[in-house]
Amino acid sequence: MGLETENKDIETNLIEIARGLLKDKKVDVIIGYKKGTLPLLSQPIIIDSEEEVDKLIWNNLCYVNLAKYLVPRVPRFVDSEKGNLKVGVVSKGCVGRALIHLASENKINLDEITIIGIPCNGVVNRQRIEMEIGEKEILEVSVSGDNIIVKGKNFEKEFLFDEYMNDLCKGCKIRKPPLISKAPDLCVGECEEYSNIVDDFSDIAEFEALTPEEKWNQITEELSVCTRCYACREACPMCYCNLCFVDQNKPVWFGKTTDLPDVFVYHLIRAMHMAGRCVACGACSLVCPMGIDLNKINRKLEKIVKERFDFISGLDPDVLPPMVDFKMDDAQEFMLEED
Amino acid sequence: MTEPIVETKQSENKEWEPKIIAFLCNWCSYAGADLAGVSRIQYPPNIRIVRVPCSGRINAYFIIKSLTDGWDGVLISGCHPGDCHYISGNLVARRRFAILKELLEFFGIEPGRVNFMWASAAEGERFAVLVRKATEIVKKLGPNTKFEKKW
Repeated sequence: MGLETENKDIETNLIEIARGLLKDKKVDVIIGYKKGTLPLLSQPIIIDSEEEVDKLIWNNLCYVNLAKYLVPRVPRFVDSEKGNLKVGVVSKGCVGRALIHLASENKINLDEITIIGIPCNGVVNRQRIEMEIGEKEILEVSVSGDNIIVKGKNFEKEFLFDEYMNDLCKGCKIRKPPLISKAPDLCVGECEEYSNIVDDFSDIAEFEALTPEEKWNQITEELSVCTRCYACREACPMCYCNLCFVDQNKPVWFGKTTDLPDVFVYHLIRAMHMAGRCVACGACSLVCPMGIDLNKINRKLEKIVKERFDFISGLDPDVLPPMVDFKMDDAQEFMLEED
Repeated sequence: MTEPIVETKQSENKEWEPKIIAFLCNWCSYAGADLAGVSRIQYPPNIRIVRVPCSGRINAYFIIKSLTDGWDGVLISGCHPGDCHYISGNLVARRRFAILKELLEFFGIEPGRVNFMWASAAEGERFAVLVRKATEIVKKLGPNTKFEKKW
Protein backbone atom coordinates (compact mmCIF):
# COMPACT_ATOMS: atom_id res chain seq x y z
CA MET A 1 0.00 0.00 0.00
CA GLY A 2 1.45 3.31 -1.04
CA LEU A 3 1.41 6.56 0.84
CA GLU A 4 -1.31 7.87 -1.40
CA THR A 5 -3.94 5.28 -0.49
CA GLU A 6 -2.86 5.32 3.15
CA ASN A 7 -3.38 9.07 3.36
CA LYS A 8 -6.69 8.84 1.51
CA ASP A 9 -7.83 6.15 3.96
CA ILE A 10 -6.93 8.28 6.94
CA GLU A 11 -8.62 11.28 5.39
CA THR A 12 -11.95 9.53 4.79
CA ASN A 13 -11.93 8.02 8.28
CA LEU A 14 -11.04 11.37 9.79
CA ILE A 15 -13.92 13.12 8.02
CA GLU A 16 -16.36 10.45 9.24
CA ILE A 17 -15.19 10.77 12.84
CA ALA A 18 -15.30 14.56 12.66
CA ARG A 19 -18.83 14.49 11.23
CA GLY A 20 -19.99 12.11 13.95
CA LEU A 21 -18.48 14.25 16.72
CA LEU A 22 -20.13 17.42 15.44
CA LYS A 23 -23.46 15.63 14.87
CA ASP A 24 -23.59 14.19 18.40
CA LYS A 25 -22.56 17.58 19.82
CA LYS A 26 -19.58 15.96 21.53
CA VAL A 27 -17.46 18.84 20.33
CA ASP A 28 -18.37 22.39 19.36
CA VAL A 29 -15.49 23.02 16.99
CA ILE A 30 -12.83 20.96 15.31
CA ILE A 31 -9.42 22.19 14.34
CA GLY A 32 -7.68 20.40 11.53
CA TYR A 33 -5.84 20.94 8.29
CA LYS A 34 -7.10 22.18 4.95
CA LYS A 35 -5.49 22.55 1.57
CA GLY A 36 -3.04 25.40 1.53
CA THR A 37 -2.95 28.33 -0.85
CA LEU A 38 0.39 27.10 -2.18
CA PRO A 39 0.94 23.55 -3.44
CA LEU A 40 3.55 22.59 -0.84
CA LEU A 41 1.61 23.93 2.12
CA SER A 42 -1.31 23.02 4.30
CA GLN A 43 -3.28 25.42 6.46
CA PRO A 44 -5.09 25.06 9.77
CA ILE A 45 -8.86 25.29 9.59
CA ILE A 46 -11.50 25.64 12.31
CA ILE A 47 -14.78 23.86 11.59
CA ASP A 48 -18.00 24.34 13.53
CA SER A 49 -20.67 22.81 11.29
CA GLU A 50 -21.18 19.44 9.61
CA GLU A 51 -21.25 20.91 6.11
CA GLU A 52 -17.69 22.10 6.29
CA VAL A 53 -16.23 18.78 7.36
CA ASP A 54 -15.27 17.83 3.81
CA LYS A 55 -12.67 20.57 3.78
CA LEU A 56 -10.50 18.56 6.16
CA ILE A 57 -7.48 16.93 4.59
CA TRP A 58 -4.63 14.74 5.68
CA ASN A 59 -1.34 14.37 3.84
CA ASN A 60 2.38 14.57 4.47
CA LEU A 61 2.41 18.36 4.26
CA CYS A 62 0.46 18.88 7.48
CA TYR A 63 3.30 20.04 9.69
CA VAL A 64 1.69 22.81 11.78
CA ASN A 65 1.35 21.89 15.44
CA LEU A 66 -2.30 22.58 16.14
CA ALA A 67 -1.81 22.66 19.92
CA LYS A 68 -0.52 26.20 19.34
CA TYR A 69 -4.11 27.42 18.89
CA LEU A 70 -5.21 26.27 22.34
CA VAL A 71 -2.71 28.12 24.53
CA PRO A 72 -3.86 30.85 24.61
CA ARG A 73 -7.19 29.88 23.09
CA VAL A 74 -7.95 31.65 19.84
CA PRO A 75 -11.16 33.72 20.11
CA ARG A 76 -13.17 31.17 18.12
CA PHE A 77 -12.62 28.59 20.84
CA VAL A 78 -14.29 30.77 23.46
CA ASP A 79 -18.00 31.54 23.53
CA SER A 80 -19.27 34.65 25.29
CA GLU A 81 -22.04 32.67 27.00
CA LYS A 82 -20.83 29.09 27.20
CA GLY A 83 -17.25 29.94 28.05
CA ASN A 84 -14.60 27.55 26.80
CA LEU A 85 -15.89 25.52 23.87
CA LYS A 86 -15.21 21.81 23.52
CA VAL A 87 -12.53 21.49 20.90
CA GLY A 88 -11.70 18.49 18.79
CA VAL A 89 -8.11 18.46 17.66
CA VAL A 90 -6.86 16.49 14.69
CA SER A 91 -3.73 15.09 16.29
CA LYS A 92 -0.77 13.30 14.94
CA GLY A 93 1.66 12.02 17.56
CA CYS A 94 3.42 15.27 18.28
CA VAL A 95 0.23 17.34 18.50
CA GLY A 96 -1.11 14.85 21.02
CA ARG A 97 2.14 15.02 22.98
CA ALA A 98 2.00 18.80 22.99
CA LEU A 99 -1.56 18.75 24.32
CA ILE A 100 -0.66 16.28 27.07
CA HIS A 101 2.42 18.25 28.03
CA LEU A 102 0.44 21.50 28.16
CA ALA A 103 -2.02 19.71 30.43
CA SER A 104 0.83 18.74 32.74
CA GLU A 105 1.71 22.44 32.90
CA ASN A 106 -1.93 23.20 33.76
CA LYS A 107 -2.32 25.29 30.64
CA ILE A 108 -5.22 23.30 29.23
CA ASN A 109 -7.83 20.98 30.61
CA LEU A 110 -7.88 17.69 28.72
CA ASP A 111 -11.59 17.25 29.56
CA GLU A 112 -12.41 20.16 27.29
CA ILE A 113 -10.42 18.70 24.45
CA THR A 114 -11.13 15.73 22.24
CA ILE A 115 -8.05 14.26 20.65
CA ILE A 116 -8.70 12.66 17.27
CA GLY A 117 -5.73 10.38 16.76
CA ILE A 118 -4.04 10.01 13.40
CA PRO A 119 -1.17 7.66 12.60
CA CYS A 120 1.41 10.00 11.08
CA ASN A 121 3.98 8.80 8.59
CA GLY A 122 6.11 11.88 8.96
CA VAL A 123 6.02 15.19 7.17
CA VAL A 124 7.90 16.38 4.15
CA ASN A 125 10.78 18.79 4.58
CA ARG A 126 9.41 21.50 2.31
CA GLN A 127 12.53 23.67 2.36
CA ARG A 128 14.75 20.94 0.99
CA ILE A 129 12.42 20.31 -1.94
CA GLU A 130 12.14 24.02 -2.66
CA MET A 131 15.89 24.29 -2.54
CA GLU A 132 16.28 21.52 -5.13
CA ILE A 133 13.64 22.97 -7.42
CA GLY A 134 15.30 26.35 -7.25
CA GLU A 135 13.62 29.42 -8.67
CA LYS A 136 11.03 27.59 -10.76
CA GLU A 137 7.47 27.83 -9.57
CA ILE A 138 5.83 24.74 -8.14
CA LEU A 139 2.26 24.35 -9.40
CA GLU A 140 1.21 20.91 -8.26
CA VAL A 141 2.29 18.39 -5.66
CA SER A 142 1.02 14.85 -5.48
CA VAL A 143 2.05 11.64 -3.78
CA SER A 144 2.24 8.26 -5.45
CA GLY A 145 3.74 5.14 -3.96
CA ASP A 146 6.78 6.25 -1.97
CA ASN A 147 7.44 9.31 -4.08
CA ILE A 148 6.45 12.91 -3.94
CA ILE A 149 5.87 14.29 -7.41
CA VAL A 150 6.38 18.01 -7.86
CA LYS A 151 5.08 19.52 -11.08
CA GLY A 152 5.46 22.95 -12.58
CA LYS A 153 5.66 24.61 -15.94
CA ASN A 154 7.90 22.45 -18.16
CA PHE A 155 9.25 20.29 -15.38
CA GLU A 156 8.32 17.34 -13.25
CA LYS A 157 10.48 15.94 -10.51
CA GLU A 158 10.18 12.97 -8.18
CA PHE A 159 11.46 12.92 -4.63
CA LEU A 160 11.76 9.81 -2.52
CA PHE A 161 9.63 10.41 0.56
CA ASP A 162 11.91 8.57 3.01
CA GLU A 163 14.77 10.78 1.98
CA TYR A 164 12.96 14.10 2.00
CA MET A 165 11.16 13.48 5.25
CA ASN A 166 11.80 15.91 8.08
CA ASP A 167 14.81 14.69 10.09
CA LEU A 168 12.92 14.48 13.38
CA CYS A 169 10.19 12.36 11.79
CA LYS A 170 12.72 9.77 10.65
CA GLY A 171 13.40 8.63 14.21
CA CYS A 172 9.89 9.28 15.53
CA LYS A 173 8.63 6.54 17.83
CA ILE A 174 5.33 8.11 18.84
CA ARG A 175 3.29 8.33 15.67
CA LYS A 176 -0.06 8.53 17.42
CA PRO A 177 -1.16 10.60 20.42
CA PRO A 178 0.11 8.75 23.52
CA LEU A 179 -3.15 8.30 25.45
CA ILE A 180 -5.30 7.43 22.44
CA SER A 181 -5.92 3.80 23.43
CA LYS A 182 -8.28 5.11 26.13
CA ALA A 183 -10.64 6.37 23.41
CA PRO A 184 -10.48 3.84 20.56
CA ASP A 185 -13.48 5.25 18.70
CA LEU A 186 -11.62 8.53 18.22
CA CYS A 187 -8.71 6.91 16.50
CA VAL A 188 -8.11 6.52 12.82
CA GLY A 189 -6.75 3.06 12.12
CA GLU A 190 -5.40 0.77 14.80
CA CYS A 191 -4.97 2.14 18.28
CA GLU A 192 -1.81 0.45 19.46
CA GLU A 193 0.18 2.38 22.03
CA TYR A 194 3.68 3.49 21.25
CA SER A 195 6.16 0.71 21.81
CA ASN A 196 9.20 0.95 24.04
CA ILE A 197 11.03 4.13 23.27
CA VAL A 198 14.68 3.33 22.83
CA ASP A 199 16.85 6.12 21.55
CA ASP A 200 20.62 6.14 21.46
CA PHE A 201 20.94 9.74 20.21
CA SER A 202 23.67 8.62 17.85
CA ASP A 203 22.85 11.51 15.51
CA ILE A 204 24.23 14.15 17.86
CA ALA A 205 27.09 12.14 19.35
CA GLU A 206 29.30 13.09 16.44
CA PHE A 207 28.75 16.79 17.04
CA GLU A 208 29.27 16.47 20.76
CA ALA A 209 32.69 14.93 20.26
CA LEU A 210 34.05 18.09 18.59
CA THR A 211 36.20 20.63 20.41
CA PRO A 212 34.52 23.80 21.74
CA GLU A 213 36.10 25.81 18.94
CA GLU A 214 34.72 23.51 16.23
CA LYS A 215 31.30 23.44 17.85
CA TRP A 216 31.27 27.21 18.08
CA ASN A 217 32.21 27.55 14.42
CA GLN A 218 29.55 25.12 13.26
CA ILE A 219 26.78 26.51 15.43
CA THR A 220 27.54 30.12 14.60
CA GLU A 221 27.73 29.32 10.91
CA GLU A 222 24.28 27.79 11.13
CA LEU A 223 22.82 30.61 13.20
CA SER A 224 24.50 33.51 11.44
CA VAL A 225 21.77 33.62 8.78
CA CYS A 226 19.04 34.10 11.40
CA THR A 227 17.04 37.29 10.82
CA ARG A 228 15.22 37.04 14.14
CA CYS A 229 11.78 36.91 12.59
CA TYR A 230 10.72 34.74 15.54
CA ALA A 231 8.82 32.35 13.28
CA CYS A 232 10.23 29.49 15.38
CA ARG A 233 8.73 31.05 18.48
CA GLU A 234 5.36 31.67 16.85
CA ALA A 235 5.09 28.11 15.56
CA CYS A 236 6.07 26.46 18.83
CA PRO A 237 3.17 25.17 20.95
CA MET A 238 5.29 25.58 24.08
CA CYS A 239 6.05 29.29 23.54
CA TYR A 240 3.06 30.82 25.23
CA CYS A 241 4.57 33.48 27.53
CA ASN A 242 2.62 36.71 27.61
CA LEU A 243 5.84 38.62 27.21
CA CYS A 244 8.76 36.86 25.61
CA PHE A 245 12.19 37.66 27.02
CA VAL A 246 13.27 39.12 23.68
CA ASP A 247 10.38 41.59 23.66
CA GLN A 248 10.92 42.65 27.21
CA ASN A 249 12.31 46.18 27.50
CA LYS A 250 12.35 46.74 31.22
CA PRO A 251 15.01 45.56 31.71
CA VAL A 252 16.39 44.88 28.25
CA TRP A 253 18.04 41.55 28.84
CA PHE A 254 19.60 40.97 25.48
CA GLY A 255 20.28 42.96 22.36
CA LYS A 256 17.67 43.01 19.63
CA THR A 257 20.02 43.20 16.69
CA THR A 258 20.90 40.45 14.23
CA ASP A 259 24.57 40.60 15.22
CA LEU A 260 25.96 37.19 15.92
CA PRO A 261 26.19 37.46 19.73
CA ASP A 262 22.56 38.56 19.99
CA VAL A 263 21.31 35.85 17.65
CA PHE A 264 23.40 33.30 19.49
CA VAL A 265 21.99 34.34 22.84
CA TYR A 266 18.42 34.25 21.53
CA HIS A 267 18.82 30.66 20.40
CA LEU A 268 20.64 29.68 23.56
CA ILE A 269 17.89 31.00 25.82
CA ARG A 270 15.17 29.63 23.57
CA ALA A 271 16.79 26.22 23.93
CA MET A 272 17.03 26.69 27.68
CA HIS A 273 13.30 27.37 27.84
CA MET A 274 12.53 24.26 25.78
CA ALA A 275 14.33 21.87 28.11
CA GLY A 276 12.00 19.05 29.09
CA ARG A 277 9.17 20.67 27.14
CA CYS A 278 10.04 20.19 23.48
CA VAL A 279 7.77 17.54 21.98
CA ALA A 280 9.88 17.06 18.86
CA CYS A 281 7.26 18.20 16.34
CA GLY A 282 9.88 19.99 14.26
CA ALA A 283 7.56 22.91 13.53
CA CYS A 284 10.24 25.45 14.46
CA SER A 285 12.71 24.36 11.81
CA LEU A 286 10.02 23.73 9.19
CA VAL A 287 8.78 27.31 9.40
CA CYS A 288 12.23 28.89 9.42
CA PRO A 289 12.52 31.07 6.30
CA MET A 290 16.29 30.82 6.42
CA GLY A 291 16.30 27.04 6.77
CA ILE A 292 18.14 26.93 10.09
CA ASP A 293 18.22 23.40 11.46
CA LEU A 294 16.96 23.80 15.01
CA ASN A 295 16.35 20.07 15.30
CA LYS A 296 19.92 19.45 16.36
CA ILE A 297 19.50 21.71 19.38
CA ASN A 298 16.12 20.21 20.22
CA ARG A 299 17.53 16.69 20.00
CA LYS A 300 20.31 17.67 22.39
CA LEU A 301 17.73 18.91 24.87
CA GLU A 302 15.80 15.69 24.53
CA LYS A 303 19.02 13.84 25.28
CA ILE A 304 19.92 15.89 28.35
CA VAL A 305 16.46 15.49 29.84
CA LYS A 306 16.29 11.78 29.09
CA GLU A 307 19.72 11.05 30.52
CA ARG A 308 19.59 13.31 33.55
CA PHE A 309 15.98 13.14 34.60
CA ASP A 310 14.70 10.09 32.68
CA PHE A 311 11.87 12.15 31.29
CA ILE A 312 10.16 12.15 27.90
CA SER A 313 7.82 15.06 27.38
CA GLY A 314 4.16 14.69 26.59
CA LEU A 315 3.46 11.13 27.61
CA ASP A 316 1.62 11.53 30.90
CA PRO A 317 -0.33 14.59 32.10
CA ASP A 318 0.15 13.60 35.74
CA VAL A 319 3.95 13.63 35.73
CA LEU A 320 5.55 16.95 36.65
CA PRO A 321 7.85 18.42 33.99
CA PRO A 322 11.50 18.12 35.10
CA MET A 323 12.25 21.82 35.34
CA VAL A 324 9.64 22.43 38.04
CA ASP A 325 10.54 19.29 39.91
CA PHE A 326 13.65 18.18 41.79
CA LYS A 327 15.16 15.23 43.55
CA MET A 328 17.54 15.25 46.46
CA ASP A 329 19.96 12.96 44.60
CA ASP A 330 20.09 14.64 41.20
CA ALA A 331 23.46 14.27 39.53
CA GLN A 332 25.84 17.12 40.35
CA GLU A 333 29.07 16.00 38.76
CA PHE A 334 29.47 19.44 37.15
CA MET A 335 29.87 21.20 40.51
CA LEU A 336 33.30 22.45 41.58
CA GLU A 337 34.76 20.35 44.34
CA GLU A 338 37.92 20.55 46.41
CA ASP A 339 40.64 18.23 45.17
CA MET B 1 44.68 66.05 53.48
CA THR B 2 43.81 62.84 51.71
CA GLU B 3 45.67 61.78 48.68
CA PRO B 4 43.59 61.59 45.48
CA ILE B 5 42.97 58.01 44.46
CA VAL B 6 44.77 57.32 41.25
CA GLU B 7 43.99 54.12 39.45
CA THR B 8 47.22 52.44 38.62
CA LYS B 9 47.39 51.05 35.12
CA GLN B 10 48.50 47.51 34.69
CA SER B 11 51.95 47.53 33.29
CA GLU B 12 52.65 45.66 30.06
CA ASN B 13 54.60 42.80 31.49
CA LYS B 14 52.01 41.98 34.10
CA GLU B 15 49.99 38.80 33.64
CA TRP B 16 46.41 39.03 32.37
CA GLU B 17 43.92 38.64 35.18
CA PRO B 18 40.38 37.42 34.53
CA LYS B 19 37.35 39.23 35.88
CA ILE B 20 34.80 36.89 37.36
CA ILE B 21 31.33 37.80 38.49
CA ALA B 22 30.15 35.75 41.46
CA PHE B 23 26.52 35.29 42.42
CA LEU B 24 26.41 34.22 46.05
CA CYS B 25 23.36 33.25 47.99
CA ASN B 26 22.65 35.44 50.97
CA TRP B 27 22.38 32.72 53.58
CA CYS B 28 25.35 30.46 53.01
CA SER B 29 27.89 31.47 50.42
CA TYR B 30 27.83 35.20 51.08
CA ALA B 31 28.33 34.50 54.76
CA GLY B 32 31.02 32.00 53.77
CA ALA B 33 32.81 34.69 51.79
CA ASP B 34 32.45 36.97 54.77
CA LEU B 35 33.94 34.36 57.03
CA ALA B 36 36.86 33.87 54.65
CA GLY B 37 37.45 37.62 54.84
CA VAL B 38 37.09 37.86 58.61
CA SER B 39 39.38 34.86 59.07
CA ARG B 40 41.91 36.56 56.78
CA ILE B 41 42.05 33.63 54.36
CA GLN B 42 43.61 34.76 51.14
CA TYR B 43 41.74 34.24 47.90
CA PRO B 44 42.17 35.83 44.46
CA PRO B 45 40.77 39.33 44.10
CA ASN B 46 39.37 38.48 40.65
CA ILE B 47 35.81 37.93 41.78
CA ARG B 48 33.19 40.65 42.11
CA ILE B 49 30.35 39.55 44.34
CA VAL B 50 26.64 40.00 43.69
CA ARG B 51 24.44 38.99 46.58
CA VAL B 52 21.23 37.18 45.69
CA PRO B 53 18.57 35.90 48.11
CA CYS B 54 18.96 32.27 47.03
CA SER B 55 20.69 30.29 44.32
CA GLY B 56 17.16 29.57 43.08
CA ARG B 57 16.90 33.29 42.29
CA ILE B 58 19.63 33.00 39.70
CA ASN B 59 18.07 33.03 36.29
CA ALA B 60 19.96 31.73 33.28
CA TYR B 61 19.62 35.31 31.97
CA PHE B 62 21.98 36.55 34.70
CA ILE B 63 24.68 34.13 33.65
CA ILE B 64 24.40 34.66 29.92
CA LYS B 65 24.05 38.41 30.28
CA SER B 66 27.23 38.45 32.34
CA LEU B 67 29.02 36.68 29.50
CA THR B 68 27.62 39.01 26.84
CA ASP B 69 28.61 41.98 28.98
CA GLY B 70 32.19 40.81 28.84
CA TRP B 71 32.87 39.05 32.11
CA ASP B 72 35.51 36.39 31.61
CA GLY B 73 33.83 33.95 33.94
CA VAL B 74 30.78 33.43 36.08
CA LEU B 75 30.83 31.74 39.46
CA ILE B 76 27.67 30.70 41.22
CA SER B 77 27.50 29.49 44.76
CA GLY B 78 24.68 28.41 47.02
CA CYS B 79 23.93 26.38 50.09
CA HIS B 80 24.64 22.67 50.10
CA PRO B 81 21.69 20.52 48.96
CA GLY B 82 19.33 20.15 51.88
CA ASP B 83 20.57 23.27 53.66
CA CYS B 84 18.64 25.83 51.63
CA HIS B 85 17.05 28.59 53.68
CA TYR B 86 13.99 28.25 51.44
CA ILE B 87 14.03 24.44 51.68
CA SER B 88 14.39 23.58 47.99
CA GLY B 89 15.64 26.66 46.11
CA ASN B 90 19.06 25.22 45.41
CA LEU B 91 17.62 21.88 44.30
CA VAL B 92 15.51 23.54 41.62
CA ALA B 93 18.51 25.67 40.70
CA ARG B 94 20.73 22.61 40.39
CA ARG B 95 18.59 21.18 37.58
CA ARG B 96 18.65 24.52 35.81
CA PHE B 97 22.44 24.79 36.14
CA ALA B 98 22.90 21.25 34.85
CA ILE B 99 20.97 22.03 31.69
CA LEU B 100 22.65 25.39 31.19
CA LYS B 101 26.10 23.94 31.63
CA GLU B 102 25.46 21.20 29.07
CA LEU B 103 23.87 23.61 26.63
CA LEU B 104 26.74 26.09 26.85
CA GLU B 105 29.09 23.26 26.12
CA PHE B 106 26.97 22.14 23.18
CA PHE B 107 26.91 25.66 21.77
CA GLY B 108 30.68 25.81 21.89
CA ILE B 109 31.32 27.98 24.93
CA GLU B 110 34.19 26.55 26.97
CA PRO B 111 32.56 24.73 29.87
CA GLY B 112 34.94 26.28 32.39
CA ARG B 113 33.56 29.81 31.87
CA VAL B 114 30.60 29.10 34.08
CA ASN B 115 31.25 27.35 37.37
CA PHE B 116 28.91 26.22 40.09
CA MET B 117 29.74 25.38 43.69
CA TRP B 118 28.23 24.86 47.09
CA ALA B 119 29.68 26.58 50.18
CA SER B 120 28.06 26.93 53.57
CA ALA B 121 28.40 29.83 56.02
CA ALA B 122 30.96 27.89 58.04
CA GLU B 123 33.19 26.99 55.11
CA GLY B 124 35.40 30.01 54.66
CA GLU B 125 38.36 27.82 53.81
CA ARG B 126 36.41 25.82 51.22
CA PHE B 127 35.12 29.04 49.69
CA ALA B 128 38.65 30.36 49.27
CA VAL B 129 39.91 27.09 47.81
CA LEU B 130 37.11 26.87 45.26
CA VAL B 131 37.41 30.52 44.24
CA ARG B 132 41.10 29.91 43.69
CA LYS B 133 40.26 26.87 41.57
CA ALA B 134 37.62 28.70 39.51
CA THR B 135 39.97 31.61 38.90
CA GLU B 136 42.65 29.24 37.68
CA ILE B 137 40.24 27.54 35.29
CA VAL B 138 39.09 30.84 33.79
CA LYS B 139 42.62 32.16 33.62
CA LYS B 140 43.63 29.18 31.55
CA LEU B 141 40.80 29.85 29.11
CA GLY B 142 41.87 33.43 28.50
CA PRO B 143 39.70 36.46 27.81
CA ASN B 144 36.06 36.01 26.85
CA THR B 145 35.88 37.31 23.27
CA LYS B 146 33.16 35.21 21.74
CA PHE B 147 30.40 37.64 22.60
CA GLU B 148 32.23 40.69 21.33
CA LYS B 149 30.29 42.63 18.74
CA LYS B 150 32.24 43.51 15.68
CA TRP B 151 31.31 46.49 13.61
